[in-house]
Amino acid sequence: MTILDSKIPAGPLADKWANHKNTVGLVNPANRAKLDIILVGTGLAGAAAASTLGELGYNVKAFCFQDTPRRAHSVAAQGGINAAKNYKNDGDSIYRLFHDVIKGGDYRAREANVYRAAEVSNHTIDQLVAAGVPFAREYSGYLDNRSFGGVQVSRTFYARGQTGQQCLLGAYSGLIRQVAKGKVTMYPRRDMLEVVVVDGEARGIITRNLVTGEIERHSGHAVILATGGYGTIYYLSTLAVGSNATAAWAAHRKGALFANPSFVQIHPTSLPQLNDYQAKLTLMSESLRNDGRIWVPKEAGDKRHPNSIPEDERDYYLERRYPAFGNLVPRDVASRAAKERCDAGYGVGDTGLSVYLDFSGAIEKQGKKAIEAKYGNLFEMYNKLTDIDPYEDPMRIYPAGHYTMGGLWVDYNLMTTVPGLFSIGESNFSDHGANRLGAGSLMQCAGEGYFITPVAIGDYLSERIKTPRMPVDGPEFDAAERDARDRLDRLMAVNGKQTVTAFHKRLGRIMWDDCGMVRNEAGLEQALSSITELKEEFWSDVKVPGRQDRVNQELEKAVRVADFLELGQLMSRDALARKESCGAHFREESQTPEGEAQRIDSEYSYVAAWEYQGEGGEHVLHKEPLKFENVEIKERSYK
Amino acid sequence: MRIQLKIWRQETATHKGGFVTHVLDDVSREMSFLEMLDYLNTTLIERGEEPVVFEHDCREGICGCCSLYINGRPHGPGKETTTCELRMTKFADGDTIVIEPWRSKAFPVIRDLMVDRTALDQILQAGGFISANTGAAPEANSIPISKERSDEAFDAAVCIGCGSCTAACPNGSVMLFVAAKVSQLALLPQGQPEAKRRAWAMMAKADELGFGACSNTAACEAECPKGIDIGHIARLNRELFRGGFGSLATAAS
Repeated sequence: MTILDSKIPAGPLADKWANHKNTVGLVNPANRAKLDIILVGTGLAGAAAASTLGELGYNVKAFCFQDTPRRAHSVAAQGGINAAKNYKNDGDSIYRLFHDVIKGGDYRAREANVYRAAEVSNHTIDQLVAAGVPFAREYSGYLDNRSFGGVQVSRTFYARGQTGQQCLLGAYSGLIRQVAKGKVTMYPRRDMLEVVVVDGEARGIITRNLVTGEIERHSGHAVILATGGYGTIYYLSTLAVGSNATAAWAAHRKGALFANPSFVQIHPTSLPQLNDYQAKLTLMSESLRNDGRIWVPKEAGDKRHPNSIPEDERDYYLERRYPAFGNLVPRDVASRAAKERCDAGYGVGDTGLSVYLDFSGAIEKQGKKAIEAKYGNLFEMYNKLTDIDPYEDPMRIYPAGHYTMGGLWVDYNLMTTVPGLFSIGESNFSDHGANRLGAGSLMQCAGEGYFITPVAIGDYLSERIKTPRMPVDGPEFDAAERDARDRLDRLMAVNGKQTVTAFHKRLGRIMWDDCGMVRNEAGLEQALSSITELKEEFWSDVKVPGRQDRVNQELEKAVRVADFLELGQLMSRDALARKESCGAHFREESQTPEGEAQRIDSEYSYVAAWEYQGEGGEHVLHKEPLKFENVEIKERSYK
Repeated sequence: MRIQLKIWRQETATHKGGFVTHVLDDVSREMSFLEMLDYLNTTLIERGEEPVVFEHDCREGICGCCSLYINGRPHGPGKETTTCELRMTKFADGDTIVIEPWRSKAFPVIRDLMVDRTALDQILQAGGFISANTGAAPEANSIPISKERSDEAFDAAVCIGCGSCTAACPNGSVMLFVAAKVSQLALLPQGQPEAKRRAWAMMAKADELGFGACSNTAACEAECPKGIDIGHIARLNRELFRGGFGSLATAAS
């Protein structure tokens, strides 16, 4: 039995959003000032939502764990943001963008949501430009576009290799403008530990002040989570070290279903792991694949310097396997192909776990200056981190954990299964199916924050304009605070011998080996039992030094790792239950004779949404069937 | 490598702080500077001591979280490098490294090497934005902007708001930070309507928050991890001039 109602509006695909906007409830401006909205996470999605809701006149209380929203990890998105402007006149359209995202996600996303994301993408670019985001321009003065993996048009807007930074700062500037006007109140350096549900509706949160350690209660008429992804579960990933799943997991514990948790994108072009000290893997933008060619030596174990390996002794394996898309195949395909070559013994570097990304041809053809203009800051970053000059020698890259397509289940209105609790941006599961295309994340985050959340919130609150502000001394707040304090006390009380990071590294290893780029039944069973053991060991031997009423970064980490241990189990269970391969989820048991992902549409064309059953309880699976009425379902081929 | 670390330790904003020496015998040259501090913290925790609090997040030089005054320089040795991008190859066996928090009255210490940089956000709140409500934006290509101008705006927009300009400045001035934002928005046509008010409002806020005055030492430019040019300060001054001194009263009101 399913409890899921996706609330997709009736009518033809292209009219759904317009019709929906024409019929949803509205809150009149005088009433908005009486309504409080709690917003957790102030990256691109959160900042865009906060500024827009503030402009509309709601009272927004915005929370983030950083010292300022400017630092949220949206800042690190490099390559670009997609929109269906068709400025290049190369046949692009809203439908094409929609189609590419559905296909790129291997037919595991909801048509209506994706179409809407494509529809609002154009307004997003207008909005960001108006806010002063300096996107790249042509000499004519008009905006420039470049192409990205998995598509055959140029629809990606970019700001050198720092598009995420510029988009975030644009959205942030709107947010602080509302802070200055008193419509948004910022609560930085806070971790959200609990959602408070009163009479079945989300009415508040419990936070820990990361400076004083104080446990705080906040109430509102609705709660929005914009808390990002959980790729840090792998320990080494391209994410910021502080990125975490704690807020989403708290929502999950309070009844919000978690959808497709095992759908994780492994990004093909990251710096390889070099040693055990490493705390993160730095991403090299996918945009580099526009001009860089990926190769390994034709002979396994060839230790010659890459520049002395002649052309005919190089295997440009992406161009060989996928002649139509070549180096621009989607990320999941590129990642698996790199792993396949390295596992077969053709990898390069000391560890044999990397491949070359070579710009010599592009530099020869276009000149060093042109390449510098496009990728200068990325080349510089690579040079700083590796002491290798990519203008002279090829880069060495390897896949790394990156983006989580999975997340909190939401309906068309971005509301979770807990009424009044919304989830936007990477924290929800909504738009990318089983694999996200490049430059799709900024598109989704900004679009949802600026244009979709305000409609959804207005509709929800239109029926609650008479609901008074909630005092924070009710029994539900007491209970939620008690739960938060209990967990912190328990973590401090273990007083074992091993550091939090030691556990995180071990969990990361398990996830990477058995629930990473390639999965199989035996490995996933193994992961489940290994994580169960690790969890027990964590709760009996973790060491959290210091006090709760001080800045305590180890305690912050411990809370996050405790949640990751539970999420890791759910990811493995989800990966185990989905016996097909689709997008980034590659089950060895389900592949084509050529080694490509083999979907099984007759059995798995659904969103897997998992319901929490209490600590130690076994999650219950709910299925939201996916219907495709506007695209023809095909084998996803990039050959 | 054997490294001796002299690190500023301070339990809270109100506790008295001081330097504490920690010695690490087996630092690898492959470590980044922050990985070396991670390693120090692991050894401290295992010995039952409290780890050193320092800020970091993206660890790829873009979030602006990391700070640290290393051997007398913000973000340590190396040009246009954030602390998280700094590698231990810059140091030698036997070195002593002195690590302090940002040194500025406007950035009070929270704990150890962590400081409060809220003042930077307060300056931006005073005017570091274009008042473009969601929904009101015109078609993006209806405002052509020459590539040169757009690129120049971009060069200012790369500021990561880390505060090293202030930490480097003998006067504790925040001029380069303000200039980067004012310059970015002044160069763009979208930013014009509010240009006069913006520069004055942001400067007035900076003064109010206790940042020092600019005396053109250019230490900020030398230490800026993003290489922001002090030419932007000249543009800020032009904007202030253009705004007219009368604007100060308007901005403050």
